[in-house]
Amino acid sequence: MSAFMRWVRRNLVVLAGLLTLGFLILPNVIVMVFSFNNPKGKFNYAWQEFSTDAWTDPCGVADMCGSLSLSLQIALWSTIGATVLGTMIAFALARYRFRARGAVNSLIFLPMAMPEVVMAASLLTLFLNMGAQLGFWTILIAHIMFCLSFVVTAVKARVMSMDPRLEEAARDLYAGPVQTFIRVTLPIAAPGIAAGALLAFALSFDDFIITNFNAGSTVTFPMFVWGSAQRGTPVQINVIGTAMFAVAVICVLAGILVGNRRKKHA
Amino acid sequence: MTDTTRGDVRLSGISKKYGSFQAVHPLDLTIPEGSFFALLGASGCGKTTTLRMIAGLEDPTTGTVRLGDQDVTALPPYKRPVNTVFQSYALFPHLDITENIAFGLRRRGIKSVKKQVDDMLELVQLGDHARKKPHQLSGGQQQRVAVARALINHPKVLLLDEPLGALDLKLRRQMQLELKRIQTEVGITFVHVTHDQEEAMTMADQVAVMNAGRVEQLGSPAELYENPQTTFVANFLGTSNLITAEVADSSGDSLVVKAGDAKLSLPAARTSAETRTGGKVLLGIRPEKISLVHADEAGTIAAGRNRITGRIAQSSFIGVSTQYVIDTPVCDAFEVYVQNIERDGRLTPGTEVVLHWNPEHSFGLDAAQDIDAGTEEEVTA
Amino acid sequence: MTTATDAPPLAPAPEQPPAKPRKPRGRFTPYWLLLPGLLWLVVFFALPMLYQASTSVQTGSLETGYKVTWHFQTYLDALGEYWPQFLRSVLYAGIATVLCLLLGYPLAYLIAFKAGRWRNLILILVIAPFFTSFLIRTLAWKTILADGGWVVSTLDTLRLLDVTSWLGLTEGDRVLATPLAVVCGLTYNFLPFMILPLYTSLERIDGRLHEAAGDLYARPFTAFRKVTFPLSLPGVVSGTLLTFIPASGDYVNAQLLGSTSEKMVGNVIQSQFLTVLDYPTAAALSFILMAAILLMVTFYIRRAGTEDLV
Repeated sequence: MSAFMRWVRRNLVVLAGLLTLGFLILPNVIVMVFSFNNPKGKFNYAWQEFSTDAWTDPCGVADMCGSLSLSLQIALWSTIGATVLGTMIAFALARYRFRARGAVNSLIFLPMAMPEVVMAASLLTLFLNMGAQLGFWTILIAHIMFCLSFVVTAVKARVMSMDPRLEEAARDLYAGPVQTFIRVTLPIAAPGIAAGALLAFALSFDDFIITNFNAGSTVTFPMFVWGSAQRGTPVQINVIGTAMFAVAVICVLAGILVGNRRKKHA
Repeated sequence: MTDTTRGDVRLSGISKKYGSFQAVHPLDLTIPEGSFFALLGASGCGKTTTLRMIAGLEDPTTGTVRLGDQDVTALPPYKRPVNTVFQSYALFPHLDITENIAFGLRRRGIKSVKKQVDDMLELVQLGDHARKKPHQLSGGQQQRVAVARALINHPKVLLLDEPLGALDLKLRRQMQLELKRIQTEVGITFVHVTHDQEEAMTMADQVAVMNAGRVEQLGSPAELYENPQTTFVANFLGTSNLITAEVADSSGDSLVVKAGDAKLSLPAARTSAETRTGGKVLLGIRPEKISLVHADEAGTIAAGRNRITGRIAQSSFIGVSTQYVIDTPVCDAFEVYVQNIERDGRLTPGTEVVLHWNPEHSFGLDAAQDIDAGTEEEVTA
Repeated sequence: MTTATDAPPLAPAPEQPPAKPRKPRGRFTPYWLLLPGLLWLVVFFALPMLYQASTSVQTGSLETGYKVTWHFQTYLDALGEYWPQFLRSVLYAGIATVLCLLLGYPLAYLIAFKAGRWRNLILILVIAPFFTSFLIRTLAWKTILADGGWVVSTLDTLRLLDVTSWLGLTEGDRVLATPLAVVCGLTYNFLPFMILPLYTSLERIDGRLHEAAGDLYARPFTAFRKVTFPLSLPGVVSGTLLTFIPASGDYVNAQLLGSTSEKMVGNVIQSQFLTVLDYPTAAALSFILMAAILLMVTFYIRRAGTEDLV
């Protein structure tokens, strides 16, 4: 066996893993490359020529930036709503004994184990039966509903792993219940809450299926993309996609750098 | 896996480098077949790395590992007739006790394992727990499963990496005796890594004391304790009082050394340093070898004994003995342990006393070394 | 990177009550904490299910209004008419799940054991695509799999298209608008949901267990088969569920990458609800899908016996 084959055999797992990583990244690369395309016709699927037009005029497509801003607003509000409600539930589950734990746990678990289309369809039945006006508020209600369980899971994991004696120590050191919560419990649970909130934001911002059912004639950014897949895809959606990707990567890298520096100083 | 050639473990010129950090300096070591051998040292001294190189879990940077006549340096762990009892055991959490113990046999294609597993369970006294999962056992029981899982393979050498580290003191004592019993019963070479000097001394026939990637001294526990050859060994194993002294006469079998006003005698055979008249030497003496008398009774001390005067700084009553800390002109904080046979009520802090000991109990060390090497403060720092 | 590792475990972990029961200081505190959130879930998750159940047995029309008539025939009609879409959903989602496991395991293993200081970077690369809308990324596959593009021509040159077309996954020299494109899109979209739980459970495995297996005469592959893989089963179970469930209800990939003959049950529910406006049929279909998935999940968790692990 040649040296090369031996090397391949020894690093088979690494090679396979990197191929998978390539598979995951490839569409993002395509999205980025095609944000510099100048397509012929309405669809941006085939490469024509290099152009920065879309980057210099990102809002040049009718309604797109409006839908983007609506999506960001909905994501923001549903993150706040789901994080507050979810954190409360997580604390109750992790810190107290009460009746019907099992039922509560199932109610939290089921939305995560349900195909989106089922939740979407049933929620629409409810809204139709109540005669609700579909739009911003129905979207917000739906988003808070499906983000809630994810926040509960993230926060609960953190609170469960927290030493209850820390709170006892705080109370022993003259902190009242409110102070204990603000000075000790909350700071320790913060990473879990932040993780839950981040997850909620991402889920809400990117949701299409549930929104599609319950939006009425309101158009969020994913719905705009969906519509453009039928009518014609402007290059600007690639610009938005690439920008979001870049901002996310930069934020995470900055976070890691700050974290490392803090660790070094500590 | 069984072969009849002698099963000495022979390490020659073996070393390990991680990047620019030399974890183990080239060392030669022969571990005789059937012995209980301890590698003793503080954390980070290279003892675990040495053990892992014998196991094949770490590739040596230089040197070879031989088991008997077989060079196993290039063999992966799963081809070496060596087994390890891992630190905190590494029992497979998804397998029950029987399957944990049978793991090695099954990997070697042995189908009927029941008899051997039962024998092993018997040996480690866990017969009732065969079908339990590791997390259902106590720490001491898990430890015994780890030993059984390794021993069932009849390795040429059993490697134990801090096997008792996770147990509490009482259980540790009990398991020390238990391991010693098992070793005597099966007659396999045990190589035991530990940072606990008492553990090494109670269990091992031979101890190698390691420090900063080197073997400082190798010998039987009594030899290491009675005649340490470096300050590290003197301080790390038990406690030593070390006096910096000047050699006044190096002609005879006994050196005469001067420390302050005191003239002390030191057997040349028990001095590991090169000595010449006018040079420096460290004179060491263990605290329990020293006798203590009130200054008023200095006259009762027999001739020919080494003597030093001082004042008691602290005394603590331990039960079997009383431990004194004594300020002397030659060395402050001289430690003296006196058996509580006939207690002298006058020996309280502030009292002037005379310390004396049989010169044969002194040992001499090279004065160029760090006098505090191996003391607790130095090790934990 | 907590977001990455805290991927929600889908198989409900055996619920442990709090380690130390608190003094019942404020006996009603937990109920007050639970009330708003649970109310939200009851009103907007549980209640809609009931409404849907009721809708599925109603008859009538948009003009005359609907009435509950216990018309179970709707279920039979729906199944009779749309069973190919149901079958396709299960099939496509199943293949995508298996592919995700095969592709995701090496990457999760790489991140957990081999990546060293690259670990965080690779994790970021796994998660970061989430921040580009999945619809945009799915549309990118239209470019990648385009007729005559380099992927298709490479597959053609390697004669792989003959294999897939023999398997009924592709037709002629096209990949777009075939089952293969839909399965590829599903695999791509849900792969991170496989990788993250796998990574979480692999990362928890004590590296010394692998060493111990090697010490006990297991070759590297045997050590993997007997120790690492069994210990990663909780990750495999939650990963496959997190992939299979959303994939089986998905209609985006079938719509964007498939043709009319790749429609899945999600597409049918969507069009019945939003275009055809046949609410009872749509509700019945949705109910069948939900029941089927709950049954499969329960059976699967029982079989995989996660509670028996560790």
